[in-house]
Amino acid sequence: MTAVITLPASLDEQNFEAVIEQLARLPEDAKVLVDARHCRFATPYGLTALLCLAQSRTEKPDFAPPEDDQTASYWARSSFFRYAEELYTMRGTVPRSRATGDSDVLLEVTPVARNEDVHAIVGRIQEKATQILVQKLDLDPRATMSFVMTLSEAASNIIEHAGRGGWVMVQRYNWSKRRVGRDVVQIAVNDAGVGFRKSLETSRARALADRWDDAVALESAVINGVSRLQDPGRGQGLKGIRGFVHRFDGKLTVRSGRARIAPVIPDWDEDLPRQDDLPFFPGTQLQVIIPKRVPRP
Amino acid sequence: MTHIDVHSALQASLAAPYHDLVTRRTGLLVRTLIEHQLEGLADGSVAFLDFSRIGMLDRSCADEFVAKLMLPLTQEHPARNGYVVLHGVNEGHLDAIEQALLAHGLALVVQLPDGAAHLVGAVTDLERSLWTMVMAHGGVAVDGLAEAAGLARDEAQALLESLARRRLLRRDRDCYCPLGAAA
Repeated sequence: MTAVITLPASLDEQNFEAVIEQLARLPEDAKVLVDARHCRFATPYGLTALLCLAQSRTEKPDFAPPEDDQTASYWARSSFFRYAEELYTMRGTVPRSRATGDSDVLLEVTPVARNEDVHAIVGRIQEKATQILVQKLDLDPRATMSFVMTLSEAASNIIEHAGRGGWVMVQRYNWSKRRVGRDVVQIAVNDAGVGFRKSLETSRARALADRWDDAVALESAVINGVSRLQDPGRGQGLKGIRGFVHRFDGKLTVRSGRARIAPVIPDWDEDLPRQDDLPFFPGTQLQVIIPKRVPRP
Repeated sequence: MTHIDVHSALQASLAAPYHDLVTRRTGLLVRTLIEHQLEGLADGSVAFLDFSRIGMLDRSCADEFVAKLMLPLTQEHPARNGYVVLHGVNEGHLDAIEQALLAHGLALVVQLPDGAAHLVGAVTDLERSLWTMVMAHGGVAVDGLAEAAGLARDEAQALLESLARRRLLRRDRDCYCPLGAAA
């Protein structure tokens, strides 16, 4: 019997938890149909997490695409269907992807599995990142380097630690009607790999810990810079990401297994610094949001 | 002095023509290639690694390439006697290089696009001050430097020796010289 996983109308990082809750009730080998027919909006996090969902299932899941033409068209332009068609059995018509030069998509859904993928991502995004960050977000041109470095370090972590390929996507939004009240750029770097807890299983942090779970592993890696390898040079990537997000008034969240942490929470948003005992989802899901710069009074 | 183009090393290390130094894997490949080049140099040579054609550099790559290139050279008894200066480093590269060096307690002489040499990484104010004096004088003996810095001779000697062991200055008999300068 096929279990139906219904996507919310708005599929972002927060709402994807509802999807994980539905999945958590099912055995790993259960056949699922992901029903996106009534979905109207999806962020980079939402789209890349859907691909992770498919990767994590024992049996190839089915997928019912959005009924709304504009939504389906955007998902196609974002290259979502290009990869979803490999990972899901499509139940419905999928629009063909065509290049439109969508100015708000900095980077379409892009797989990360090999060293060269990171080079390709970095090479592709630089020009557009400069354009968007400087012209739309009023950031210093030097911010582009840190922005691209954030993307490169996060994508590299998939290759180094996840044990399977993952996904990256970057998009600009006009969030004038949301609490932040200005333009933002979102980066999502998601995988369905082993996650932080398993990756750090052989680390010194694990050996010294009284308690060991996803939340402790996440905090060890993201906040304390612990790596599975005892090398003082390790852990620099995540430290750099945290520094960049903090410096540019952004927000960073990382989910792995049953835990989620928000190591950088800006004034323009509210969130819990740490959540334990969430329903399990494999791998690591990282989201960065950088808002338009507000001139200091 | 030997000039090594890091961009050429990057091109030789990867199958596609990329311009950015990103990922540990790439750092390892480029370091291995450059280590082979350094092994072929005469004892005591100064190699200028030219970053001027490199796009971006991330911290993981800087750690795997720059920091791990320097670690064997700065050991108590290094297998080979050589020096490395980074040339054509821009502001964007500098942060990644500095963080990688700091994590290992290393430092390096870095030439920025304005041509000026800077000491980057884990150095104390006193070490930096002595290094700057050597750079200004072009080659000085301990006695003169100790007096100019207001230090006891033994203290100045120990600091200069430490800077030389860390490959930030070159010792030539009784003199300490900037890297690349004649004694």
